[in-house]
Amino acid sequence: MAATATRRFLLTSQSAVFKRLRHHDCSRYWGPRSCRSGRRGEDGLFFCGRVGASSSETWGRHLLNTAARLQSSKDKVTVDFINRDGEKLTAEGNLGDSLLDVVVDNNLDIDGFGACEGTLACSTCHLIFEQSIYKKLDSITDEEMDMLDLAYGLKETSRLGCQICLKKWMDGMTVEVPNDVADARQAKDFGSGS
Amino acid sequence: MSRLRGALLAAIYRKASGRQALPGVRGLSSKTGSELKVCIIGSGPAGFYTAQHLLKYHESAVVDIYEKLPVPFGLVRFGVAPDHPEVKNVINAFTQTAHHDRCSFYGNVTVGKDLSIEELKQAYHALILTYGAEANRTLGIPGENLRGVYSARTFVGWYNGLPENKNLNPELSSETAIILGHGNVGLDVARILLSPIDLLRLGMFLQKTDIAAHALEAIAASKVKRVLLVGRRGPLQVAFTIKELREMINLPDARPLLHPSDFEGIGQIVKDLPRPRKRLTELMIKAALEKPSGNEAERRAAASKEWGLQFLRSPMEVIPGNDGKWVAGIRLSVNKLEGLGESAKFVQTEDVEDLECGLMLSSIGYKSYPIDPSVPFDHQQGIIPNNLGRVLHAPGLYCSGWVKRGPTGVIVTTMHDGFETAVSVLEDVRSGALDVSASKGGYEIMEALLKQRGIRPVSFSGWEKIDNVEVANGEKAGKPREKLLDVEEMVEVASQRR
Repeated sequence: MAATATRRFLLTSQSAVFKRLRHHDCSRYWGPRSCRSGRRGEDGLFFCGRVGASSSETWGRHLLNTAARLQSSKDKVTVDFINRDGEKLTAEGNLGDSLLDVVVDNNLDIDGFGACEGTLACSTCHLIFEQSIYKKLDSITDEEMDMLDLAYGLKETSRLGCQICLKKWMDGMTVEVPNDVADARQAKDFGSGS
Repeated sequence: MSRLRGALLAAIYRKASGRQALPGVRGLSSKTGSELKVCIIGSGPAGFYTAQHLLKYHESAVVDIYEKLPVPFGLVRFGVAPDHPEVKNVINAFTQTAHHDRCSFYGNVTVGKDLSIEELKQAYHALILTYGAEANRTLGIPGENLRGVYSARTFVGWYNGLPENKNLNPELSSETAIILGHGNVGLDVARILLSPIDLLRLGMFLQKTDIAAHALEAIAASKVKRVLLVGRRGPLQVAFTIKELREMINLPDARPLLHPSDFEGIGQIVKDLPRPRKRLTELMIKAALEKPSGNEAERRAAASKEWGLQFLRSPMEVIPGNDGKWVAGIRLSVNKLEGLGESAKFVQTEDVEDLECGLMLSSIGYKSYPIDPSVPFDHQQGIIPNNLGRVLHAPGLYCSGWVKRGPTGVIVTTMHDGFETAVSVLEDVRSGALDVSASKGGYEIMEALLKQRGIRPVSFSGWEKIDNVEVANGEKAGKPREKLLDVEEMVEVASQRR
């Protein structure tokens, strides 16, 4: 137990170091091959130490984000998420938080969201934006598009939530969690051989 | 249809954020008065995602996950390449699921050997088969068993520390390696073979990953300089995805060898393709046709390694060297394509082509085995026959993941698939198609049997002890972990007192 607490503390402070190194004030994926929750090895180079990490790393980040959230409310942005079942989930985030941060920090009930934890290695934080919002978003990188291409229910105004950081003008916006596209197979029998 | 199913069930079984379930439906346990005991066989992404969904949407379901190895996570641990650690972050979500108080993990238990399907059916209301694909498709050509010829699957198992492949000892002393197949597994193998071990640059380099130590050593001493990926169809039919292709193109100290002639006429077709296929093909065309300038040109000229894609070639025969024992080359038939797009078929022509190589890896697909004669299995497709995860003609049996759909797809594919099967189970409980009226003994019964048979199951906290040892061993070498390679050792570590 003590070991976990110490590890949690260490990871929290490492997260603090990492936060200072983020691109501007935005927590989006930074630099080639680096990882939001990566850390510097002794050689000074970044590597992702998350492999097999326990949930204490996520907790470390949560603690930091919670602390951040308790600061001034004028840096707050409200976002509405339309979940797969049509339910609207309203959540608040800080300027610079990614939409993945918002989902995680608010414990939003979206199945399977953010599997790779914001490292551009999956497409589970896929969100659909309104056209007017979509046009104003920061342009998409090749790396994001590569992963978005594998997403289910891809639309013209799709983006990955871990790459979209909250700006003031996004206050009150609505995003949609895409539905798992059932491809044409639907209820067809697999391998029935009959 | 699937949207409606999901929405309906989510609405009925929602219990998060203080919302009431629909009036009159407070959760299945109180309605039926008994628990739902589920047994999941296989602890990879399919097993964990199915478990996650069941635990969330059934208020009293008890989920026991059985795994034949002492360690969980399946291909996330043993398949994902060591230089793709971000993909493995999903382990954190699986760990949370395993820590759920209604979820238990039992490693080192082989269903079909230590416990039978029949015995599990007596003890659980539902069995969910998520044991994936542990074998590979074979070429079926002469010379396939020569030395120096391996399946990509065993090679991946070797560098990822899969106990059964630790003694593979692949021969890496020749300059040219040929990989058969145009999928992501083939690209992974090519990239690992050609990756710089210690090139100092920002980012990941091989010796700081969780690659098995014996593999790192072997690759550091490897003479392989050229890797050719050979596929039987054309550029529009490749199965790999753009991220992995981009990594190959940007690989330090390596130059791409793509033939412009392979891409004649492709540029025209590309315009009308869906975006993912379009971008992937455009990237290949660019790598083949564009003359690099400046830094990139210099980099490629100075590169000591190279890799290439060969299209429209099918393997006919592996050619042995003079001693008759080792691979020296491969005879390929020249193909042409009939039809368009992803369903285009290859047709062999009269022409053949021989290529030299000292190492050959076949990467033509994984394959599932039937686990037990009582479980239906489609040998042609290599899957368990099912409908949305309900095993056909076998009430109480379900499946998800590769053994349900076939061995393709990334983690998000398996995630949706696992959820789909869980929804089928929940629907069946609700409709009565799955009978949960009788209470079942669950693990208590299995525990007694395992004890009788001298099997020592590894619990999740036992895995965490193994995890701690691996991380500690890795720290000494600046690696995220150094995997244990011996099953006995894993079981020993797992059963130690704190």
